[in-house]
Amino acid sequence: MIVRLLAVLTASVISGTVFAEEVKLAVTTSFENSGLSDVLLPAIREDTGIDVQLLVVGTGQALRLGEAGDVDAILVHSRAAEEAFVAGGYGTHRREIMYNDFVFVGPIDDPAAVGIATSAADALQKIGEEKPAFVSRGDDSGTHKKELSLWRAAGLDAGSFTGWYREVGAGMGASLNTASGLNAYILADRASWLNFGNKGDLVLLYSGDPALFNQYAYLPVNPQKHPHVQNDLVAQLETWLTGERAVELINGYTIAGEALFTFNAVPK
Amino acid sequence: MVTSILPLVLENTSVRRRGKRLIGPVDYALAPEGLTIIIGPNGSGKTTLLRVMHGVERISEGRVRWAVPDEHAQHHQAYVFQTPIMLRRSVGDNLRYPLHLVKTPRAETEAAVSDWLERIDLQDRMKLQATRLSGGEKQRLALARALIRRPQVLFLDEPCANLDGASTRAIEALLSDALAAGTRIVMTTHDLGQARRLASDAVFMLHGKIGASGPAPQFFDAPESAELGAFLRGDIVA
Amino acid sequence: MNDIYEGLAAAFWLVMTLDADLIEISLRSLQVSLTALVIASAIALPLGTLLAIRRFRYRRLTISLLNALMGLPPVVVGLIVYILLSRSGPFGVLGLLFTPTAMIIAQVIIITPLIASITHQAMRELWAEYHDLLISLNTSGRQRITTLILDGRRNLLTASLAGFGRAIGEVGAIMIVGGNIDNATRVLTTAIALETGRGDFALALALGFVLIALAIGVNIAIHWLSRTEREGRW
Repeated sequence: MIVRLLAVLTASVISGTVFAEEVKLAVTTSFENSGLSDVLLPAIREDTGIDVQLLVVGTGQALRLGEAGDVDAILVHSRAAEEAFVAGGYGTHRREIMYNDFVFVGPIDDPAAVGIATSAADALQKIGEEKPAFVSRGDDSGTHKKELSLWRAAGLDAGSFTGWYREVGAGMGASLNTASGLNAYILADRASWLNFGNKGDLVLLYSGDPALFNQYAYLPVNPQKHPHVQNDLVAQLETWLTGERAVELINGYTIAGEALFTFNAVPK
Repeated sequence: MVTSILPLVLENTSVRRRGKRLIGPVDYALAPEGLTIIIGPNGSGKTTLLRVMHGVERISEGRVRWAVPDEHAQHHQAYVFQTPIMLRRSVGDNLRYPLHLVKTPRAETEAAVSDWLERIDLQDRMKLQATRLSGGEKQRLALARALIRRPQVLFLDEPCANLDGASTRAIEALLSDALAAGTRIVMTTHDLGQARRLASDAVFMLHGKIGASGPAPQFFDAPESAELGAFLRGDIVA
Repeated sequence: MNDIYEGLAAAFWLVMTLDADLIEISLRSLQVSLTALVIASAIALPLGTLLAIRRFRYRRLTISLLNALMGLPPVVVGLIVYILLSRSGPFGVLGLLFTPTAMIIAQVIIITPLIASITHQAMRELWAEYHDLLISLNTSGRQRITTLILDGRRNLLTASLAGFGRAIGEVGAIMIVGGNIDNATRVLTTAIALETGRGDFALALALGFVLIALAIGVNIAIHWLSRTEREGRW
């Protein structure tokens, strides 16, 4: 009996998957949730033969993964942190690829009147005055950092908020779920918002201020720090991401008829 | 023929547990032949004495000596517990088990198993799970399992407690056969009728000590102590 | 309620159409958890049995430790394995982080104490039952262990299946050490977490139903293979 059991168990255990050319790329949840990766990854594999393995994490963790050498490159959106990453010698350089934008989402009855705001700062000031429930990512991600910098730009200190300001410490999707449950305001990237399936009574209330633009940059991990990284493949990937096929796919990606990303890589 | 492991001699033997003396000091010699019955009131140390003889109870003082080294003696004894311990296996596998332990050849094992199944009248139950047998059947199986390695000495602890008359008769018949085949038997019992039917000699335990002992007829008909006399009459002996 | 209905419908549809992604992640779930189960059982079953019948110096301590480890939060296990396997960690050179192997390691650590502890409990009872007989029959230590493992196999199976249930339903640790990489380390539970994050409750629920079905299926299969039901003897 035991022998038979073990035989069956062992037979069911298939050996681990090993691919010839794989690159581990840490990306932010907002990028993955947008669905753009589903379009780009097959094209990359087709054109270059590279199998890009995405680690979907917050910007903070993505940078940590790069520092530890656990990924080959990162694609994130938090300029100050990225520059510190390169300055610290963890990345070889920072290459801007594309941007999308953040939007203010909130309950349809809009108690804080964010819908008639004139700028991002104005929208946040209205929220800060009315103090409706507001969900913050609170996970040190790029979106979270962006939100904090927007509060500062609006002359408010997010650290002093109490009660109505909920830091959930979760990814974009989970935070949107929380906002939907609480019928709260939240800052989200447009892609995640459009792809989000559990909107409930939430609607998009404000967008368009250039302050809400969200620049994505590609940072190869420094092979001098971590000799095992796939530097050649990473360079090949960068060439592809800044090339013609990428322009076409990134600019042409739409959800519900809306373009999400704008390609802005500068050719070398 | 293998050399006899008997006689067994207990010298000044006692067993203490948690500061309490369970038996002892006991001096006793188990003669090479016959069927010895151990009787006595509850808590008098019958079972402990039996376990000491079998070597499964740690002794606190004294000595327990077989005619041969212990290692050797252990291979030629068997023990039947008051509540039969059934392995969670089939009836047949319960019988095979002691033989497997000593690496008996397969053909020999199977022959012995079918022989014993017939003797204990369980030939049609060979594949049944042993734990599903009735109380009497379990005790017969336990007895067969004890005898299947042809022990020189067989110990039984109240083998017929909780059994009905028919089952008791079956057990006693098996014991008589074993005795006739030369097996030395030592058993405890509560059943004075059974003691009289089976004993060739007897031991009376009282307060952890041997209160009386000797060949059967005198032991029962002319009790050597007042307590034994009272016990045999059915009085409560404290 | 509507979500549950949609989830059931989506699950039915995914299974009926033999969705390629679903099959892939289901197989990976099975591969990871069954491998972890085999390894953990190979360690925990003899260990639990040994703890039940051997008296050694640090036995009590070992048992307490096992019971404590049983309650270890998977996330903590995940984090520790992550730090150990990270390129900057002590085992970084092996390059195991974000591979199925890393997930197996984490699951082995999570379920070994559980299996060992249940084994110990069950074996202690069986040993109490068999003790006198096995001593009387003059068995060797090896024979005792073999007998207990053989006759207690149903309890051991239960212990292993409990471990399997915990392994296949676990998400915290394997999310951290596996990274939920599509086509590489995504399994049912991490996919459920992902779809929940996307707000696609129907798909998340569908995957949940598939997970439950898989867990039940494996249980039934293992019981059937060991013929416990047919012989009905336990």
